[in-house]
Amino acid sequence: MNSKQAGVTMDTFLEGIWRQNPVFVMVLGMCPTLAVTVSAVNALGMGVATTFVLVCSCGLISLMRHQIPKEVRIATYIVIIATFVTLVDYIIQAVSLTLYDALGAFIQLIVVNCIILGRVEAHAAKNPPLPAMVNALGMGIGFTLGLLALGSVREILGVGQLFGYTLFGANFQPWVVMVLPPGGFFVLGAWLLLFAVLTKRKQANAAIAESSVQGGRHGA
Amino acid sequence: MTTRPDPAQGGESVHPAVALVQPDVTSGGRLIRTLGVVTAVCGVLIVAAWQFTLPAIAANKKIVLERSVKALAPAATHIEEYDASAGGLKKAAGDPAAGAVRFYAAYGSDGGLLAIAAEGASRGYADVVRVLYGYRPECECIFGFKVVQMKETPGIGDKVTTDTAFVANFEHLSVKLAPDMKALFNAVKTVKHGTKKNPWEIDAIAGATITSKAVGRGINESVQKLLPLLAPHIEDLKQGNEK
Repeated sequence: MNSKQAGVTMDTFLEGIWRQNPVFVMVLGMCPTLAVTVSAVNALGMGVATTFVLVCSCGLISLMRHQIPKEVRIATYIVIIATFVTLVDYIIQAVSLTLYDALGAFIQLIVVNCIILGRVEAHAAKNPPLPAMVNALGMGIGFTLGLLALGSVREILGVGQLFGYTLFGANFQPWVVMVLPPGGFFVLGAWLLLFAVLTKRKQANAAIAESSVQGGRHGA
Repeated sequence: MTTRPDPAQGGESVHPAVALVQPDVTSGGRLIRTLGVVTAVCGVLIVAAWQFTLPAIAANKKIVLERSVKALAPAATHIEEYDASAGGLKKAAGDPAAGAVRFYAAYGSDGGLLAIAAEGASRGYADVVRVLYGYRPECECIFGFKVVQMKETPGIGDKVTTDTAFVANFEHLSVKLAPDMKALFNAVKTVKHGTKKNPWEIDAIAGATITSKAVGRGINESVQKLLPLLAPHIEDLKQGNEK
C-alpha cells in the first residue's frame, strides 16, 4: 500500500492489461462480455465506451477523494459513474445509431459494471488522479482486448467475417452457434483454458529449472 | 506479546488502537452538502452533453430514416414526416401524440406522391421486430418492407430479409379498406408455409414461423390504425408537396 507515494510505474498501467486482466484473470463484467461480443465492432465499441467511463470516473473521484465522506461514498461514486455513462450514451447515439442499437441496453448497464466500481473503490479512492487514470486506462484497454479476443473469434467462426470484411469464400458454412449466447460461453471457456495451460506450462518450466538446479546439487 | 491488552483485566484505560479507530463523525450537513454538490455538477455535465449532442443525434435519426425510406422507394427525392390522427394530418414534430400514427410520404422529382411508409412492430422470437413497410394508395397494397431493428436468431429468424419467396409476399400485399373505412376488408395474416391462397396472406418461412408472424402482425396492426386515418386525406397528401 505504498503506492500512494509510488506515483506512476509501468505496472500501474500494465496491471489491467495482463496480470489483473478484468476478463481473463479477474473474470469481472461478464454480462457485457458475453452479451455484446457477437462481432468485433460491437466488442470494440463496448470496450471503448467502458474505458471512457472508467478513466473519467476514476479521474474525477480521485480528484475528490478527500472531499467525499466515506458514509456517502457509494452513492457519490454511482452518481458520478452514471453521469459519464449518460454522456457515453449520447455520444454513441451521435456517432452511430447502428452501433447504439447493437449495444442496446448494455451501454446503460455500464453503470453497474463491477470493473468500474471495483476500480474506484480499490484504486482511485486511494490514489492521486494521474496514477488513478493511468491504472483505469490500463484496465479499460485490458477489458477492450478481452472483449476483442471474444468478439473477433465469434465473428470469424459465426459469420465468417472480421470487422465486417468477409474472410472466406462462398463455400464457408458459418458456425451460427458462435454468435448465439452459448457461443459466448464456448469462446470464453476456450480462452480461459488457453491461459490456464500457458500459466501451468510456465510454472512447470520454472519448477523443472529449479529442480534441475537442485538435482545437479544432489547429484541425482 | 506483552503489549497486547488482556480484555479479562477490564482495565479502564482505552487502548491506543481503539482510540485511533474511533471514527470521525461526519456531520449530516456535510454529507448533504457533498451529495448536493456532486449531483449538481453531474446534472450540469449531463445537460451540457445532451445539448451538445442533440443536433447530431437528430441528424443521425433522420439519415437512418431517409435511408430506409429510400430503400423502399429508391426514386424518392423528398420525404415528409406526418402524424395521422382523428383530427387529420399534421406535419410531424417531436414524438407523435397519443392515438396519432407517424408515417412518411415519399415524393418523386416531379412532386408526385410515390409511396407512403410507416413503421410496424411486433414481438418476435428474441425481441421486438420493427419493420418499415411501403404502401401505395393506387393499388391499395403494400409493395415491400425493410427491417428497421431485430435481434432474431442469425440464420433462422433473420431469413425474413433474405428469403426471396418470403420477401415476394410483400410485393403486392392487399390492404384494401372495408366499405365503412374503419378497418381492413381482410386483415393481413401470416399463414403456415405453403398454404397462402389470398393476396392478403403472407406465406411464412418454414422453420421461422415466429419471426414471419411478427412481421405480418406488426404490419397488420400498423395498417389497421393508419389507413382509416389516412384514407380521407389521401388527396391532400398527393398535393402536399405543392403547397
